[in-house]
Amino acid sequence: MKRDSQFEFCRRQLLLAGAAYFVLGASHSGATVIYDHLPWTPNAGNPPPPATLGPWHFFTGDEGRTVEALADRIIPPDPDTPGGKDSGCAVFLDRQLAGPYGRQDGLYLRPPFLKGARNQGHQSDKGPAQQYREALAALTKSCRAKFGGKAFSDLSDADKDRVLEDLEKGKLELDGADGKAFFDQLVKDLQTGFFADPIYGGNRDMVAWKMIGYPGARYNYLDWINRHNEKFPLPPVSLTGRAEWTRAER
Amino acid sequence: MTTRLPKKDVVIIGLGWTGSIMANELTGEGLEVVAIERGPWRDAPTDFPPTYMQDELRYRVRHELFLRPEQLTFTFRNKMDQTALPIRSWGAFMPPNGVGGGGVHWNAEMWRFLPSDFVLKTHLTERYGASFLPDDMTIQDWGITYDELEPFYDRFEYLCGTSGTAGNLRGQIMEGGNPFEGSRSRPYPTPAQAQPFSHTLFGKAARELGYKPFPQPSGNLSQAYTNPLGMKMGPCTYCGFCEWFGCSNYSKASPQTTILPYLVRKPNFTARDNSEVIRINLDRSGKRATGVTFVDTSGETWEQPADLVILSAYTLFNVQLLLHSKIGRPYDPVAGTGTVGRNYTHQTISTVNGFFDPKKFNFNPFIASGAIGMCIDEFNGDNFDHGPHGFVGGGYMGQVQTGARPIESTLVPPGTPKWGAAWKSAVKENYLSTVKPGTGVHGSFYAYKDIYLDLDPTYSDRFGRPLMRITMDLKENELKQNRFLTDKFAEIIKAMGASKLDVQYRKGPYDITTYQTTHLNGGAVMGSDPTTSVINRYLQSWDVPNLFVLGASAFPQNAGYNPTLTVGALAFWAATAIRTKYLKSPGRLVDA
Ligand SMILES: Cc1cc2nc3c(=O)[nH]c(=O)nc-3n(C[C@H](O)[C@H](O)[C@H](O)COP(=O)(O)OP(=O)(O)OC[C@H]3O[C@@H](n4cnc5c(N)ncnc54)[C@H](O)[C@@H]3O)c2cc1C
Ligand code: SF4
Repeated sequence: MKRDSQFEFCRRQLLLAGAAYFVLGASHSGATVIYDHLPWTPNAGNPPPPATLGPWHFFTGDEGRTVEALADRIIPPDPDTPGGKDSGCAVFLDRQLAGPYGRQDGLYLRPPFLKGARNQGHQSDKGPAQQYREALAALTKSCRAKFGGKAFSDLSDADKDRVLEDLEKGKLELDGADGKAFFDQLVKDLQTGFFADPIYGGNRDMVAWKMIGYPGARYNYLDWINRHNEKFPLPPVSLTGRAEWTRAER
Repeated sequence: MTTRLPKKDVVIIGLGWTGSIMANELTGEGLEVVAIERGPWRDAPTDFPPTYMQDELRYRVRHELFLRPEQLTFTFRNKMDQTALPIRSWGAFMPPNGVGGGGVHWNAEMWRFLPSDFVLKTHLTERYGASFLPDDMTIQDWGITYDELEPFYDRFEYLCGTSGTAGNLRGQIMEGGNPFEGSRSRPYPTPAQAQPFSHTLFGKAARELGYKPFPQPSGNLSQAYTNPLGMKMGPCTYCGFCEWFGCSNYSKASPQTTILPYLVRKPNFTARDNSEVIRINLDRSGKRATGVTFVDTSGETWEQPADLVILSAYTLFNVQLLLHSKIGRPYDPVAGTGTVGRNYTHQTISTVNGFFDPKKFNFNPFIASGAIGMCIDEFNGDNFDHGPHGFVGGGYMGQVQTGARPIESTLVPPGTPKWGAAWKSAVKENYLSTVKPGTGVHGSFYAYKDIYLDLDPTYSDRFGRPLMRITMDLKENELKQNRFLTDKFAEIIKAMGASKLDVQYRKGPYDITTYQTTHLNGGAVMGSDPTTSVINRYLQSWDVPNLFVLGASAFPQNAGYNPTLTVGALAFWAATAIRTKYLKSPGRLVDA
């Protein structure tokens, strides 16, 4: 299946997600003996690779449509700022689920998996990728049963919101999935994508940062530390600068 | 197959803050020192350069610079009758990994403990009587006094270039500093950092309420500084990507900026990275360490023999290595015997978020540093009379907001929906005018009989060794303390002019999924009685005298401050004992 082929191990992407891995024997993770001088090597840095545009990496077409519809209700468009869909939050989530986050890379996954108290944390061998897959399927099933065969993305905005409210309140049980947990994770992941650096696929053209007045990946506010209650005048920059500097349009 | 390496004088387990301090001190004595570090070498140009360090998703949300639980984790439960389950992904705390340890990505809030903190049991019993303390509370004195430690506090502050305003200079109370601090022999090496708008407002409001606010002592430097080793640091630029992140600017005190470039050039120092020590080896008597065994990232096993072993792997890993190496007697809370794992503690943290009128207040909250802040200390330790309140302990509180990275800092006032159009417009409206102090109330955490560390009966690590089990809960004393402090804190935030408050008390039971701090303490505590401590006042193992255990694992209980200045001072103190006493006649420095 297409999505499985996306689970290839790309070292760069692994490192990006924070896996300074003990199982992989590449340059930065190999054991070294250090003496006499600092062990600096040229070009050893590890910048994040930008999320590529184009087809879904993880979602099926139907899943993608559902998530875009969810994204646009959780972060609705308004006259000043695009919503979750156009700002790329579904793309962000797709790339995250296709990567180390979706796979639970680096987490402790030894058995037994016992049910514990909520404050003992997530106890499952299922990672976010699999949980999303199951929950999205269950959501579609539930919507089709309730709304005369319609999928979530085909519902009216009011019906979409009602589904989301029911999930949030734990009133809508999903088949084989924890509806409330899915909802909390979904909101968190989409809002994360909205505010993360655009390099990860969401927050396209820094729309979220412009909306709140966050100047982005700047590094020096020495001139501003003592200027109180004055609006910081510069527009945001991202890790790749500003979109208009690097390409005509996205 | 194990490859045996040539013997060294000293092997250091973990090259974080304390390992770096000790390595520098002991190489200064001419000893051959090797430091073995579990994680990779880390430096600014490679690991956190200014071109892509400002990445909240990568460093904060996915915590790039930290240990992976897959490599090593712990199990957790609240109570002794529960089944502990593994911490599969980090939550309540975040264990460091890699050269520099927590020093790479800490905030660098640099607090001294109060003189009374070191003699806590004696002090509280004298003032309130023994019956004032809960029955199951197992606090004790440290076996060292503030005055003994003062010169070493001073050394660590001058190593780091700490920015601050003295509050008690050689016994004289100084305007603008913390009037409750112990007497210091010198002013801070550099003046306090400048304060952003909301931090200044907190100071003003606190002053008007009759408190004595002062700038938080900071290892993010207010100006350029050259430390005693000749390391040069630059001024902090208030970039707002400090804790969780490495500093690209050489402005945050860390082993990288204050010690390592000097240390690495010494001919008698070697470091090995990506190598995890799995055991401290003992001779047949069990009373002498012969060195360590470690496994590198290619899976190869090595033995490093040494005359002196320094365990500086951070609180939890220190205790875990002692248990796995069968050094000392494991603590048994039922029988009340043993010491290793006893008196494990954390920090009692809470906060109050303040929402201000956006038409009147623009805080530019993204302008800040990791250790910025205006604080008060009126409610710390025993700085106030606890008699009427029925609890002991306390903490500092302040507007210590470290920036406003948007994934974490887009708050909405209580009652606002968590999603949808109303959420979106509230985020837009409030971002620049919200005060989000983070660890605004920074309370103590005292020790209890049934809060401890031992080995888990079920879960194991990648080598098949049992995981260490954390049994931890919040007791009524800490919850009362927190309610009292949080209410006081809320009053100040309100007095700043907030129109809405979101008061977030710390509530029980202790939750392993929500981040509190990485201030974990105890489990291998120092003291003067071997039946209630693992190490003596010089941090030397009672059982294995050629083993010293550094770090907050030595704290008998936790005070209402961040630990690392005390941790670093104790490392200098232990190093001095080794240099001036132990090397002259290796053996027990204190009679049991
Ligand atoms: C996000 C964050 C913010 C913080 N902010 C503050 C603050 O503002 N103020 C403050 O006082 N404290 C703060 N701390 C705590 C501070 O980082 C620690 O107290 C400090 O680093 C402890 O020093 P240490 O030498 O004991 O441990 P570390 O500095 O963590 O060093 C221990 C080293 O040992 C290595 N190690 C562990 N096990 C092994 C093994 N088996 N073999 C080989 N190596 C091993 C680790 O990888 C690590 O590098 C913060 C911590 C975090 C995570
Ligand atoms: S806030 Fe200051 S010390 Fe911290 S990372 Fe930024 S420049 Fe460095």
